Parts: sequence; C-alpha cells; structure tokens
Amino acid sequence: MIVRIMGEGQLELPESALEELNALDAAVETAVEAGDVDTFTTALGELLTAVRRLGNPVPEDFLHDSDLILPPADASIDEVRAMLSDDGLIPG
Amino acid sequence: MSLMKRMSLIFRAKADKALDRAEDPRETLDYSYKRQLELLAKVRKGVAEVATSRKRVELQINQLNGQAQKLTDQAQKALGMGREDLAREALTRKSGLQGQITDLQTQHAQLQAEEEKLTLASQRLQAKVEAFRTRKETVKATYTAAEAQTRINEAFSGISEEMGDVGMAIQRAEDKTQQMQARAGAIDELIASGALDDASSLGQGDDIARELEAMSSQSDVESELQALKAASGQAIESGRATGELGVGQAGSDQVEAGQPEGEEQR
Repeated sequence: MIVRIMGEGQLELPESALEELNALDAAVETAVEAGDVDTFTTALGELLTAVRRLGNPVPEDFLHDSDLILPPADASIDEVRAMLSDDGLIPG
Repeated sequence: MSLMKRMSLIFRAKADKALDRAEDPRETLDYSYKRQLELLAKVRKGVAEVATSRKRVELQINQLNGQAQKLTDQAQKALGMGREDLAREALTRKSGLQGQITDLQTQHAQLQAEEEKLTLASQRLQAKVEAFRTRKETVKATYTAAEAQTRINEAFSGISEEMGDVGMAIQRAEDKTQQMQARAGAIDELIASGALDDASSLGQGDDIARELEAMSSQSDVESELQALKAASGQAIESGRATGELGVGQAGSDQVEAGQPEGEEQR
C-alpha cells in the first residue's frame, strides 16, 4: 500500500497498517467536519506520525500513484476542506 | 469515505482527465514531459525566491539588532549621567524593537523550513521526471498506441500525482512568502525612514536624542576640557622642567607658541 504525505513524498506501508490508520483518519475527518481546529491539528499530527512510523520511503525513481493521500503536516483545516472540495487547491 | 481515500481519488480524477484528452497516449507523454520540465523550473525558481526573502529577513534582523544595541548604549550613557528617565525611554523603545526582532526570527524560521521543503520537493521531482523520461522513451519505441495506453497509465498517474503535490507545495510557499514580503516591506520602510534608527525620530524621541546628544556633547566638551587642562598643566610642568634643564634647547621651534614662556624665562 502506497501512502503519500503531501510535501513529503510517498511511503510504502503494509496492508496491516490500514486498520490503525483508518481510526486516526476518522478522527481527522470528524474534526474537519466539525470545524474543530485544535482536534484537527492533533489528529492530523497523529495520523502523519503513524504513517511515518509504519512506512518506508519509496525508491527515488518510483512512479506510481498512491492508494491514500494525506494533507501536508502544516495544512490548516480550511486548506484541507478546500482540497476535498475538488476543483479547489490541487493543481491538475 | 475516508479523508485519505477522498484525497487520492481527487488526484486520480485529475490525472485521468488529462490522460483522456489525448487520442494518442504517446503524445500525452511528450506533452506531460514538457510540463514536468516547466514545473521543475518553477520549483527551482520558487526555491530561489524563498531564499531571497529569507536573506532579506536576515538583513532586517541584523539591522534591528544593531539599532537595539544602539538604544542600549544610549540607555547606558543616560544612566551614567543620572538621567534615569531617558534611560527608561531608550529601553522602552528597545523592547518595542525586540518584539519586531522576535517576529522576524519566527518568519526566518518559517522561510527556512519552506526553503528546505521546496528543495527536497525539487530533488524528488527531478528524480521522478528522469524516471518518467526513461520510461517514456521505452514505451514510445516498443509499443503501439493501444499497448502503450495500458503501459503508461501507471507512470502517468504517478507523475501527475507528484506534479500535483509539488505544484501545491509551490503555491503554498508563494502564498506564505508573499504575506511575509508585505510585512518585510513595511519594516524596510520603517528602517529607511529612520523611525527605528534610534530614539531620535519619533515624536518624544526627538527630545530624548537631542537631550542625550546635548548632554553627551556637553560632557564631551567638559571631559575634553579636563583632558586638555591636564595635558597643558603637564606641558607647563614639563616645559618648566626642560627650561630648567637646558635653556637654549627649545630654540626657534617654539618662537611663536612658546613666546610667553620664552619671555618669562628671559
């Protein structure tokens, strides 16, 4: 499973990591929906830390899209919301 | 659906859209490669721009530090003259500057982090672009359009994702840098206007600096006078001493300056 942390690059994670990530991801998602900035910052930090801990960086010339993509570590809640609203932030 | 999944789907949708536009996928490869090189150039330019902003902030920090030091000196001088009020005013100004210095230091750290991030992004992108180029050539040489389609989809969405990520990183860096540049511009103006220079250019400050200056020039005059007095006292003493030891020695050199003494000696 390939996971990208935006601004940092891609990591390869075992499928077994998914369960742990899903729980953390749900917390981020709830915080975004609730507009809870503090919870969002903590939850996103925890999610990214887990990905970095469980994953290994892909080789330099690895050319494959990711199964999961995560916002950059310093993303604000508004930025994440804009990213999810599609035609917003992500350049095509 | 999970946040991570939604984000990846958005990226993929964009890549698919770009891929669908071309009739011959091999053309898409060339076009995409061109865009990759453009993006790479843009990231490098972005790194340079952030570095310029960082250096500007560094310069400002140095300038403000110099001015803070100046105010400390002024305060010390004022205190030495028993003017606690002036010393307090100078230190008050200094603490105002200190706030700005701290703010600039935060900005500096942010710019430095941004610079490092973009530098890494540019290195990453360069490696991917190189990998893409190799694969593109292989695919073009080996496969028909139909076959190529399946072969390159993967590489194409891989590079699109990287480009989307890097593109966004530049965008964010630019936004941050612009905000900071606006603030840096304001500080440059303040520095240029001399308002932060010392305590001399803002309202009340006129009085402090003028008083300090007046006092210091007064005291300079006094101390120089004292020094002169002491020196001339010694000169007179030593003049007498020489006179006593060897009368004719002073001779013609001293004709004008030593006239009164010469007369006295006669």
